[in-house]
Amino acid sequence: MFVAKINVTLKESVLDPQGQTVLRTLHDQGKNSVADLRVGKYIEMKIDAKSQSEAEALAKEICESVLVNQVIETYRLVVEKV
Amino acid sequence: MKVRVVTFPGSNCDKDVGSVLESEFGAKVEYTWYKESFSDTPDLVVLPGGFSFGDYLRCGAMAKFSNAMDSVVSYAKKGGKVLGVCNGFQILTESGLLPGALLHNRTLKYICKDVDLVPVSENRIGKEMKGTLSIPIAHGEGAYFADPETLERLEKNGQVVFRYKENPNGSLHDIAGICNEAGNVLGMMPHPERAVNPYTGKMDGKQILEVLLKK
Repeated sequence: MFVAKINVTLKESVLDPQGQTVLRTLHDQGKNSVADLRVGKYIEMKIDAKSQSEAEALAKEICESVLVNQVIETYRLVVEKV
Repeated sequence: MKVRVVTFPGSNCDKDVGSVLESEFGAKVEYTWYKESFSDTPDLVVLPGGFSFGDYLRCGAMAKFSNAMDSVVSYAKKGGKVLGVCNGFQILTESGLLPGALLHNRTLKYICKDVDLVPVSENRIGKEMKGTLSIPIAHGEGAYFADPETLERLEKNGQVVFRYKENPNGSLHDIAGICNEAGNVLGMMPHPERAVNPYTGKMDGKQILEVLLKK
C-alpha cells in the first residue's frame, strides 16, 4: 500500500485573498517577520498498487485530471510506501 | 422550442430557469439528471446555478464527470447552444468548454446584489442587447481569472460578452460573462433568470434569454 500526499496551492501569479487576509492578521499582531503566506489544501490518498512507480503514475494522473485545476493551481506530490 | 436544463446534486436554480423559460418564452423544458445522457438536439441547454456536489474540492469540479456533461460537451462541439449561469459557468470552465477559471471573490465575501452589466458590442450576443442591464449576482467564487495570453485572445476574438460596470468580485478585465470562440457556449456569473418576471422587479434578464433562444 502507498500513500500519496498532495499539496495544492494557487499559482504564484494568482492572487490568494485567503492568504493575504491571514497575513494581514499576523502583521496586525506585530509578526512582521512573516514575509508571505499562501493558503492551500492538503489531500491524502491511499493507493493499492504493485509498485512505487505505478502508485506515482496513478496519483499524478488523478492530480491532473481531478484534484488540481491547472489554470489556477499548482501541486506538489509525494508518494510513500506504508 | 425545446430546452434542456441539467440538474446536478446541489443545483438550486434549475427550476427557476426552467419555469421562467416555460412561462415567459413558451419553451418546452426537460430536466436532465446528471446521471442521464441525451443525444437529441434541443434549442438550448442550460447549466443552472447552485452548488453542484456541494462545491467540494472546487466549484464545478465534480460536475464535469457525469453522463449529462459528456452529452453537453458533444452537443456543444456540434454547435449546440449552451448557457451556464453562476455554478453553470464554473462547470463550463472546469469542463474545458470555456477558458479560464473562477476564483474566490477578492473580498472573500459572498456577494448577493444587483449589478450593472455592460454588454460588449464587439460580441455577437452582446451587440444584440440594448444599454446597461441590471441583473442580480449571488456568488462567493465569481472572480474570473485567465492567464494574460488567454485574456488577450478573448478580447481579440470578441469573446467577452458582459463586463461589470463596477467590478464587485475582482474579475480580471471586469469580466462577468464570456463565450467560446464559436459563440455557441455562454457562461456568466449573474443570474438573468432572476430578472425576467415582473414580480421580481427586474426585467433586464429577458433580453439575454431572448437572444439565446433566437433560432
